[in-house]
Amino acid sequence: MKTNHPRIRSASVAILTLAALFAVDVSSVLAQTDNSPSAKAYAALTKVPEKARGRRNPLESDTDAVAAGGKLFEQHCAECHGLKAEGTKRAPSLLKPEVQQAPPGTIFWILTNGVVRHGMPVWSKLPEPQRWQIVAFLKSFRASNVSQSSTVPR
Amino acid sequence: MPDSGYAACSVTNRVQWFKKSARHVLGLHRRRHSKASRNPCSLAEAQLAKRFLCALTLVSMSILALFSPTPAVAQESPYIVTYDHYLEEPGSLEVEYFSTFGTQRGGNDFVAPWIEFEYGVTAWWTTEVYLDGQATFNDSTLFTGYRWENRFRPLQDEHFINPIIYIEYEQISEADKIIKEVEGHDVESDHGDPNAALRQNHNHELEFKILLSKTFKGWNVAVNPLATKNFSPSNPWEFGYAIGASHPLALKASPTRCNFCRENFIAGVEMYGGLGHTQSFGLHDTSHYLAPVAAWNLPSGWTFRLSPGFGLNDNSHRLLLRWGVSREFSGFGEMVSHLFGGHR
Repeated sequence: MKTNHPRIRSASVAILTLAALFAVDVSSVLAQTDNSPSAKAYAALTKVPEKARGRRNPLESDTDAVAAGGKLFEQHCAECHGLKAEGTKRAPSLLKPEVQQAPPGTIFWILTNGVVRHGMPVWSKLPEPQRWQIVAFLKSFRASNVSQSSTVPR
Repeated sequence: MPDSGYAACSVTNRVQWFKKSARHVLGLHRRRHSKASRNPCSLAEAQLAKRFLCALTLVSMSILALFSPTPAVAQESPYIVTYDHYLEEPGSLEVEYFSTFGTQRGGNDFVAPWIEFEYGVTAWWTTEVYLDGQATFNDSTLFTGYRWENRFRPLQDEHFINPIIYIEYEQISEADKIIKEVEGHDVESDHGDPNAALRQNHNHELEFKILLSKTFKGWNVAVNPLATKNFSPSNPWEFGYAIGASHPLALKASPTRCNFCRENFIAGVEMYGGLGHTQSFGLHDTSHYLAPVAAWNLPSGWTFRLSPGFGLNDNSHRLLLRWGVSREFSGFGEMVSHLFGGHR
């Protein structure tokens, strides 16, 4: 059906324009999400060399490692990643599967080398055992999640 | 109880001194200050100036402590002259107060304090402003200039050796005695003249360093070759070096928060000196120092440093005793951004 009424025509043009603008806006937001600092930081996890990825945490069986790592995390990492590693505006969450499922060697490598171009500084100034303690602490989140889910009655 | 010098100094004189200092800070002074050493207020001035610098540091730290979201616990290196390859964390501001006590043959001993404001712009760029001063015993106290330093990390990942590019602009008078670096043919006798004479000459210099550093099994080793060029065309390039090594007292962290845990202490040694200039490169007529260094990083965000430096030849000051206190404030960038209407 043709609508020759000028008001209807101009209204439909306005609606189409708004729709186009909305589409552009949404796509730009989506594009922005893909290129967000968090996404870039998580992408850095995939660039860790194979050899580094395969390293095991030498303090895995150290009973104090998680507590010491928690203290170190609070002192050096929490200001950006949040006290519970939940992430802040400055740095991404470390509770996401990208981090929690990453091998300990990967997290250790990222701690050592940083993601300098995206704001994460190099932390090799912390001695190696302290970096492994932080890795143990971060991995403890996953362990506690697993144990929580296994105790939930079905 | 104030000493007689202090008592003899009237309020009017003190006000005049502050005006003079302000003019000096702003670079407006043009007159000779040869009366400085004969001024009956010199002792009082020295006390006032030291108090002023201390007060400035304390006020800066208090204001920051009041508004800063969290103090950050820094794992600061113990070096005072040498730099490792670690930059300030992005958005963090570190306020540092240092002091050098130096012995002087053929002149008066001195105390040279300086304040540093170090800010992490990004993870690969740190910028820093220095305000220098000095007080020479039986002489006068003066502000000696400022420095603006920038450090850039060109490589993204850690490598076998990690280079940092260091560029600094200095506008300091020859009365500057903080001896933050030794370059060219800098020798002890340079500091022997009265302040009134030394302060006449101002140096505008660019200083370049390559900071090479490596940390392995807890040991940090850093080597800093440096080259300085005075803006005056007749002055040659001057060279110097600083090297350092340090190690924390414990590599593993203890599970509880503690002030006196061994991992909070880092000890080491640094050595620095001049290497002549383009027309006479080498070790002759140069000064060199060897200095044990120690740092104590407290969980509350404070760091204390101590370093007694010993001159290694007759051209060097016999003793340069340095100490410093610093505090890091995280989220400073965000705080400033909020002040100017930035988004949370």
